Amino acid sequence: MSLYAVQKLLYNLNRDARVRQRHDDDFEGLLADYDLTDEEREALVEGNIGLLYVMGVNGQLLMHYAALRQYAWDDYIAAMRAGLSRYGPVRHGLYTTTDGQGAV
Amino acid sequence: MALVYAGVCSHAPGITGRAERADPQLREPFYAAMHRMGAEIRAARPDALVVVAAEHFANFFMDNMPAYCMGMADHYEGPIEDPDWLGIAPRRFAGAPALSRRLIEAMMADVDLAYAEEWQFDHGIMVPLHFLLPEGDVPIIPVNINCQGPPLTPPARAYAFGRALRKACDAAPERIALIGTGGISHWPATPDSGKINEAWDREFLDRWLANDRVALTGYTDEETWREAGQGGFEIRTFIAVAGAAEGCVGELYCYEPIPIFAVGCTVARMSLVSM
Repeated sequence: MSLYAVQKLLYNLNRDARVRQRHDDDFEGLLADYDLTDEEREALVEGNIGLLYVMGVNGQLLMHYAALRQYAWDDYIAAMRAGLSRYGPVRHGLYTTTDGQGAV
Repeated sequence: MALVYAGVCSHAPGITGRAERADPQLREPFYAAMHRMGAEIRAARPDALVVVAAEHFANFFMDNMPAYCMGMADHYEGPIEDPDWLGIAPRRFAGAPALSRRLIEAMMADVDLAYAEEWQFDHGIMVPLHFLLPEGDVPIIPVNINCQGPPLTPPARAYAFGRALRKACDAAPERIALIGTGGISHWPATPDSGKINEAWDREFLDRWLANDRVALTGYTDEETWREAGQGGFEIRTFIAVAGAAEGCVGELYCYEPIPIFAVGCTVARMSLVSM
């Protein structure tokens, strides 16, 4: 269930205040409810936006999650670019980069 | 009574969330066009506003993804995003559940759609309503077309959905306004955010303004993704509005690429007077 489960967790986290509360109060318990790979678990524990982006997490889910984690816009874009530099191209999904040239 | 208004506009979260970072000379004419559309919608005295949007995993996920869904709730709330990030405070909107139900029942004669009695609005609806109906004085009926999690509905089906919506609206005693929100080309939520294919956008808009059904329904996802990015899939919302205004042509109020908003900012209206 790789990628699907991590996206499902972000979906629930983004839209449900009770899941956000559990994220703050019982993070390990929350993670245990999802069939995550070790890499996915590590990325979530670190709040590693760059790695989540490269894994192929849908960009809209990741953008909302980055906002939830209080990333400033430029820092969020920079985190995705850092992920590409460190982990290589996006592995799955639609939200690949093209020329990497955006507004910021 | 009938469909009394039909238009389209952009909905990118930067439009409100990063407002201060845009060049005012580009931003203000776009905001003025949004406010013009809002004034026109209120002048049309609608009993409800149907918002055909492309949401971003606010309510629907790949565990049970409808191609089309219409809200049937008593009320709605939003945004699901961090309000400070989006630049829009939490709001509650009245729904029109009885009208929703009649529209859904009527449309089911022609197309398949899901319904939902719970619905949280994300930027796809919150950003347009921030400009169009800041008073929140018109009941809202949300519609989602899945433009995020493939497989996606083909453009021809989006056009047919719009046709069915028009038929249902025209059979209802209420006055109903319609907007579609989304697209056109953009690469949101990637390092390319801010990239805009203006030539592709203008060609699409020419086709939309002419209500060229054959051209509008000829787009393939492979071409759209390559030329217009992931955000380009949201042309389905514009195409649905064209379907609701079949036989009519449009007028462009604004098209302005504003990179920090991550989209070519668009406001356009269909006449609803058949040619």
